[in-house]
Amino acid sequence: MSKDPIRAGEIVVFNVDGREIPIVHRVIKVHERQDTGEVDVLTKGDNNFGDDRLLYAHGQLWLQRHHIMGRAVGFLPYVGWVTIIMTEKPIIKYILIGALGLLVITSKE
Amino acid sequence: MHSFGYRANAVLAFSVTILALICGIASFSDNFNSPSPDAQVRVLNINWFRKKPDGNDEVSLTLNISANLESLFTWNTKQVFVFLAAEYKTPKNALNQVSLWDGIIPSKEKAKIRIHTTNKYRFIDQGSNLRGKDFNLTLHWHVMPKTGKMLRDNLVMSGFRLPEAYR
Repeated sequence: MSKDPIRAGEIVVFNVDGREIPIVHRVIKVHERQDTGEVDVLTKGDNNFGDDRLLYAHGQLWLQRHHIMGRAVGFLPYVGWVTIIMTEKPIIKYILIGALGLLVITSKE
Repeated sequence: MHSFGYRANAVLAFSVTILALICGIASFSDNFNSPSPDAQVRVLNINWFRKKPDGNDEVSLTLNISANLESLFTWNTKQVFVFLAAEYKTPKNALNQVSLWDGIIPSKEKAKIRIHTTNKYRFIDQGSNLRGKDFNLTLHWHVMPKTGKMLRDNLVMSGFRLPEAYR
């Protein structure tokens, strides 16, 4: 993730302590300290009614830089489905790896 | 070399490559669009302005936002996300950005907006620095493509000032 400062409007990827699936939401509030450059950030899903405080850890009001893993810069349609299908139906992952393995073994030269 | 498996694999790999290329070209075509949006924001009223029990200032504003964002749309645009942020400095914080309102514009036909509203999200400071505070109202837009690179830009409108006293 680039060292650029986090600004309102950017879409960031973050992990909440204790939850395994990262969330990709937009930054709606930024408070950046004068002296240390540390930042308090609040995020919200664009089409959600309220901000993400309900999703943060108990008592947590802001995200800091170390919670944020990256930012979204573009969009590729349907590519995410590959990961989703393989996570939700792991059998497909095994079939794919099995088939690839079979191809490697049975191909000559 | 000519088995069904090899042919199927070749077709699949080729079609994925072509699709990726089409996505790249579609995204690149957005560079030829030179957007010229214009916007105007007025603070119609300070509804109330107080220090909360936790010590942080909060203000409620009624805003009038008018903008023409039609030039942002291309054939490769899925929607435009637009939001208005109040931006200001305090002794402790080099930068504060607080989103006051946002909206989703799904198509070019809906891109001329006239909004009359109180702030959708609470304008709360970290601390008690808002009395007499000068601030900018910046209209940000985020063009979300059907495929490819997203485009973000904004228009800064300065010259706004909060009252010297709570009310």
